[in-house]
Amino acid sequence: MLTRLLKIGDRKPHAYPMPFLGFFALLLVWDVLARFSGWSRDVFPGPVVVLVSMGELLADGTLVRHTVASLFRVTVGFYLAAGLGIPKGIALGMMKTARSLINPLIQFLRPISPLAWIPLAMLWFGIGDPPAIFLIFLSSFFPLVVSTTIAVDGVNPTYFHVAANFNFSRTEIITRLVIPAIIPEVVTALRMTVTISWLVVVAAEMIAVQSGLGFLILDSRNALRMDYVMDAMIAIGLVGLTLDYLMRQLGALEAASWRKTTH
Amino acid sequence: MGRINIEKLSKTYANRRRDPRRDDDPLLRQGDRVNVLFDIDLNILDGEMVCFLGPSGCGKSTLLRIIAGFEPPSDGRVEINEKPVKGPSADHIFVFQHSGLFPWMTVAENVGLGLRHLKNRQERHEQVSEHIEMVELDGFEHHYPRQLSGGMQRRAELARALAVNPDIMIMDEPFSGLDFLTHMKMREEVVNMHAFIQKTILLVTHNIDDALIMGDRIVILGDSPTRVIMDRTLDFPRPRDFEKSSELSLLRSELFLMMGVNYAV
Repeated sequence: MLTRLLKIGDRKPHAYPMPFLGFFALLLVWDVLARFSGWSRDVFPGPVVVLVSMGELLADGTLVRHTVASLFRVTVGFYLAAGLGIPKGIALGMMKTARSLINPLIQFLRPISPLAWIPLAMLWFGIGDPPAIFLIFLSSFFPLVVSTTIAVDGVNPTYFHVAANFNFSRTEIITRLVIPAIIPEVVTALRMTVTISWLVVVAAEMIAVQSGLGFLILDSRNALRMDYVMDAMIAIGLVGLTLDYLMRQLGALEAASWRKTTH
Repeated sequence: MGRINIEKLSKTYANRRRDPRRDDDPLLRQGDRVNVLFDIDLNILDGEMVCFLGPSGCGKSTLLRIIAGFEPPSDGRVEINEKPVKGPSADHIFVFQHSGLFPWMTVAENVGLGLRHLKNRQERHEQVSEHIEMVELDGFEHHYPRQLSGGMQRRAELARALAVNPDIMIMDEPFSGLDFLTHMKMREEVVNMHAFIQKTILLVTHNIDDALIMGDRIVILGDSPTRVIMDRTLDFPRPRDFEKSSELSLLRSELFLMMGVNYAV
């Protein structure tokens, strides 16, 4: 599992231990820095301290609970964004007039960091899951709309001629031409946006909620437990790695890989 | 039936000039437009295989795209079986210069595109298999286009076009990009297919030999603005060999000369 997670299955034999070597080197540098930095272990805990405290957090279920809370928000927000953003992107890609109407709005809203929405999100949705989910939705929605629109726009025009030649109905053009044609690009976009929403959830949890890995970091800082802060960071990294792996699996599906050449 | 009537067909495109013309420019009356096709009259009979020859960019493809209904004519009329062409239709199938197969569908799914009206799955399956066998791709039904060689892709596209049972097949340089032997084989296959199904086939090519070997008729389009400069029916028996038939060989030299090559080899 771990070897596949780190994407080392298809490499040459001598490259096999490389990712592990990288992690090992990081641990080593971290340990040396922690020992000789002159800071106390409360300020800069070394890997051993962090590992022990991670054992504590795992044992009492804290880490799992917070991770699940974060994942729940990301999942809901991300599904909402994909469920609304991809159809919208397809519609904009196919209707040139609608695109010239709506595209400037999207390009205007897109560069506004989701974090800038935090005050409004809290005012509108109170505290708890809804504002965090709203922020994740915002962070994924616009990139997905834009990527899908571009993907539809980039479909080889010959295919539309073929569709017209074979008397495709409007529905068939969408289901049998546009959707299969854009799946590879959309999968790539999903892979990038899931990373963005995972970044955003941590930030959102520092403000509006009482659970999640972001909250764990903030709470541990208030308790001056830097080892717990680092535990949460490690959990964030590992979950991020897993999400990316899952999205890569999506890219390996037959429907998404027609673009690859096998010659 | 696949009879085509073309009358006074012209096609012009807007010319994007950087500097506007002067007001007293006599060409202004034409508007700032480029003539791609000019006053084309053609009558194509049912079942005829017509080869269109001409220099690059002379508008051969444009002419075919107008007949196929992908583009409207600027002026004049195109009628198929006495009915004006209103748009693309399964009655006149276009076979594209570069593969028009849907890369996300298998060969069988692609060939099945023209058979969607058949509600009976068994019947549809049989028809798909029959057409795949016709182009000798049996065994490759579940391959994706990317898994086929260039020649096999063309054959699959041919099968897809034939499966619709169109009145007319329009082929835009169907052999371009194929290696020499595959080119020869495909040419033979198209000739045999035509002899077998007797459909009207319009075929654009750069290759004079292709036109001589295949065509019931050769139409040569001249450059700027494009008009028909030669229209000749070839009633030579098949298989044709211009090394053996002196008449065909003479015509070949003549064609080469018309296209600007002095010594045909």
